[in-house]
Amino acid sequence: MEVAVENMPWGVMVILLPLAGALVCFLWPRRSVPLGLLGALGVVACVTGLCWQVVEQGAQRYTVGGWGAPLGIDLYADGLSLLMLMMTAVVGLGISIYSSGYFEHKTAVVFWPLWLFLWTALNALLLSADIFNLYVTLELLGLSAVALVALAGGADALTAAMRYLLVGLLGSLCYLLGVALLYHSFGSVDIAILAERMELSPAVWAAVGLMSAGLLLKTALFPLHFWLPPAHASAPVPVSALLSALVVMASFYILLRLWLEVFPPGAAAAGQLLGLLGATAVLWGGIQALRQTRLKLLIAYSTVAQMGYLFLAFPLGTSFAWKGALYLLLSHAMAKAAMFMAAGNILRFGGHDRIADLDRVAQRLPLTLAAFSLAGISIMGLPPSGGFIGKWMLLDAAFYRGQWWWALILIMGGLLTAAYVFKVVGYAFTQAEVTHEASRVPAGMEWTALVLALAAVLLGLFAPWPLALLDIGFPFSGGCAE
Amino acid sequence: MNSILLYALAGVGLFTLGLYALIVHAHLLRKILAINVMGSGVFLVLVSLGGRTPGASPDPVPHAMVITGIVVAVSATALALALMLRVQAKTGQTLLPEERLE
Amino acid sequence: MNWDSGLLLLILATSLVPGLVIFFLPEERVAIRTTLNMGGAVVKLVLVGVLIWGVLHGHQYETRLPLLPGGLDLVLHADAESVLFVTLSAVLWLVTTIYAIGYLEGSQHRSRFFGFFSLCVTATVGVALAGNMITFLVFYELLTLSTYPLIVHRGTEEARQAGRVYLRYTIAGGALLLVGTVWLYDVAGSFEFTHRGVVAGLDDADRTVLTAIFVLLIAGLGVKAALVPLHGWLPRAMVAPAPVSALLHAVAVVKAGAFGIVRVVDDVYGVEFAASLGVTGPLAVLAATTIVYGSLRALFQDNLKRRLAYSTVSQVSYIVLGVAVVGPIATVGGLVHLVHQGLMKITLFFCAGNLAETLGVHNISDMNGIGRRMPWTMAAFTIAALGMIGVPPLAGFVSKWYLGLGALDAGQDWVVFILAGSSLLNAGYFLPVLYATWFKAPPDAWPAERSYGRRETAWALLAPPLVTALLVVAAGLLASAPFSPLQWARFITTQEYAP
Repeated sequence: MEVAVENMPWGVMVILLPLAGALVCFLWPRRSVPLGLLGALGVVACVTGLCWQVVEQGAQRYTVGGWGAPLGIDLYADGLSLLMLMMTAVVGLGISIYSSGYFEHKTAVVFWPLWLFLWTALNALLLSADIFNLYVTLELLGLSAVALVALAGGADALTAAMRYLLVGLLGSLCYLLGVALLYHSFGSVDIAILAERMELSPAVWAAVGLMSAGLLLKTALFPLHFWLPPAHASAPVPVSALLSALVVMASFYILLRLWLEVFPPGAAAAGQLLGLLGATAVLWGGIQALRQTRLKLLIAYSTVAQMGYLFLAFPLGTSFAWKGALYLLLSHAMAKAAMFMAAGNILRFGGHDRIADLDRVAQRLPLTLAAFSLAGISIMGLPPSGGFIGKWMLLDAAFYRGQWWWALILIMGGLLTAAYVFKVVGYAFTQAEVTHEASRVPAGMEWTALVLALAAVLLGLFAPWPLALLDIGFPFSGGCAE
Repeated sequence: MNSILLYALAGVGLFTLGLYALIVHAHLLRKILAINVMGSGVFLVLVSLGGRTPGASPDPVPHAMVITGIVVAVSATALALALMLRVQAKTGQTLLPEERLE
Repeated sequence: MNWDSGLLLLILATSLVPGLVIFFLPEERVAIRTTLNMGGAVVKLVLVGVLIWGVLHGHQYETRLPLLPGGLDLVLHADAESVLFVTLSAVLWLVTTIYAIGYLEGSQHRSRFFGFFSLCVTATVGVALAGNMITFLVFYELLTLSTYPLIVHRGTEEARQAGRVYLRYTIAGGALLLVGTVWLYDVAGSFEFTHRGVVAGLDDADRTVLTAIFVLLIAGLGVKAALVPLHGWLPRAMVAPAPVSALLHAVAVVKAGAFGIVRVVDDVYGVEFAASLGVTGPLAVLAATTIVYGSLRALFQDNLKRRLAYSTVSQVSYIVLGVAVVGPIATVGGLVHLVHQGLMKITLFFCAGNLAETLGVHNISDMNGIGRRMPWTMAAFTIAALGMIGVPPLAGFVSKWYLGLGALDAGQDWVVFILAGSSLLNAGYFLPVLYATWFKAPPDAWPAERSYGRRETAWALLAPPLVTALLVVAAGLLASAPFSPLQWARFITTQEYAP
């Protein structure tokens, strides 16, 4: 039994299963909710199998269909992809459960195939071993995300989706041009081979610059963040959750692979610039979040700020800094999904998400407020939470490298975050009586938000294990400046 | 200057023209067309750089990439056009809010 | 997990688990909630008794949880200082729980209140048992998070405003503490609490950097310890219900800050090393300023709780002064005052709460003749107030005696003047109150009287202040008995100063 489990091509199944699920949901729309949930559970099972396989046997490489690179597609699972896959699986399961209660039938039949298709693209992206496959999966991810944003159907959502699509296509095309230049320079698109053959030349600088520009646009780093708040705020709540938690993560993941494996010298050169942009994002996003009057927009600007933290790892460059940034990413995914779900519960209950009028709603939803507060603790970086661990690691790296100004940014960002989180949480303690009709919120929706928020907090207590996972396979075990 | 380099530069030129048009023009259809032009520029670069030396048989890998890219571009354009029509139906305009004249 | 590593976790769990359960209890389940509260408090006290017995017999209690790879652990450790603080917390939690049950009878959101109340105690015990700076930091921030809902409990605009001010101060303080801790870790490689200080053992550390770290740490801790000018949140927080003010001012928040300062000076830097860095002098001046400033502001407050708040600002700095005056006797004075001030202040706040609940009296100008109406409450108040002034043989006298003696011993004669002046000011703001309550004629009607039959007030509100007042007397009279707070403080100090 163990041998069978260890030798199954889990990596391939992780991609095929949600794809099959999407097709099945499309073909049997009346059964899309149970089929979708089944698919989600199946993906979690496959990821668990993959986890076992990677932990036992080390990083895995699959050649799909038996045709290897360069004409075939290789899949590669090391510690980093595994951790991202696991995070996607957990958050994805949460979003699936939440969505089963959220959407009415008419929208649900369109949601489930698109969501499972997006999950397929995301899993494939995380397992890709060459930069062209990354382009394809990135495009698929973007297209399904756009369709999901437009699901809500209102004018705001449609224009936000249109803008998102144009921006996404622009980013991907810049990336593709970079791929073309890299292929021309080195004759391969495989990441491992590129890493070996890498030499500096103007073409390479241009390529990496183009690819980074495209990816930064997709990760919404300041000042290329303008498309994110409208898209994340006007989408339906589960879509906002998956956008903030998972989709922006994907382009950052590619950027990380690029800078760490393919082109390390670039990280040193552009590090301070990226750090500066990240710092601006942290401060700008925080200030904008504080000014918002609607809850979903506040959370969307919070995403802009949190993404900025990740880029502080670039100027620091130590393995500890990268791990800290990744841990922040991990905690952010859980916490941000929980926050959006909490906002969705409040919207469902009270019919609006105006922050100033939250007091009439908040007291009647203790589970939801608890979820929002716990998620807020992680986003603020207060102990005990995954966010605190990530913040600590980045602070430690900043002092280690003597670049104390990033520590200052981390602290100020934390203070701004506390300001806007407590602005919302403060409403839980008011004396206002409920003055209008309230709709029921399904228990599944409240509990999913709470469980994900708890996961973000628990990540603070069980950090060594996920961090140890990151050591499996390049780029964190050796090869990178300590 | 050999023909490969010429084609590649033309591709880059198309890319730049498309980028300019994307930023400057306000009408959504023009933006979509601009994206398509950019895409074509990238494909041109890929294909031309795939001809290793004039006369020898070209490298098939960039051709495969371009075919994949064309498929992706077609789907993306279809989605973009459908979305544009929906935007027009809902808002009566084919402009993004920040470009509108009011 | 054997007993030695599990006991500390159990002590934490006795308030964490009931707290989490209470959150989910419906408002009406009073009996279950009371049982959980009281049960948890009693079990905690018993376990702390076991802990004391164990520590005296040489057991090493330590729990480690790996927090980050590379050796950064969450460490719970029971040394003499932790035992002092833990015992105080456990005893006062029990007493305050009884009081809170009585005080909040019939009010809204009790499940929420007691849930956060228990979390607050868990955090305090965690602060006491922390074995290194990061564990301390984790529980310190948890304390902020669990006390905020208690301050805004009533939900009025004033409460929420006080909560906002509280957060501004404490989150900023926590950020400073975080920066100091990370920097310290970077420079020193470790920050386990060790006698004589872990920093003192470093060979080649830059003294400016160490001084900067010290300033950051003290600033972060000073917010909770209400060192001037970081004390602004404390008087505003008086809007909270009386059990909260009692807990915050006697045990949890301010003591956690002061305890942290003691830890930093004694166990992170080492008191002699800190003196050689030149940071203890400014710290002593800061403490002295706070002592005088707090007492001066207290003189001008008419609201009873606010007067007590400023008195706390002043009194907690005695502890800081005790460690900053580099000398064993002064340290004993400061440490023992941690316990004594806790006992005295909690009594005063319990009494203030009784006056507010039973008679609607909030201001000192309304307190004329109240001693006739509520003799037992005011008797407890009188004992505690006299203790604060430093009248022998009460507890406050013992601490001030040791502080003064220690200052002379360390050659810091000016401290004696500060102590004398502060005692005079204490007398200045307590004696008129006592005079008015006992010797002036009462008004015709009290602002909002509630009748309790023939008793002066509910049992649950009366018993706790009487018990703590008794402890104030006992701590003073029996100070030379074994296991008194004084002896414990001397035991701690010998470990720090002995060759």
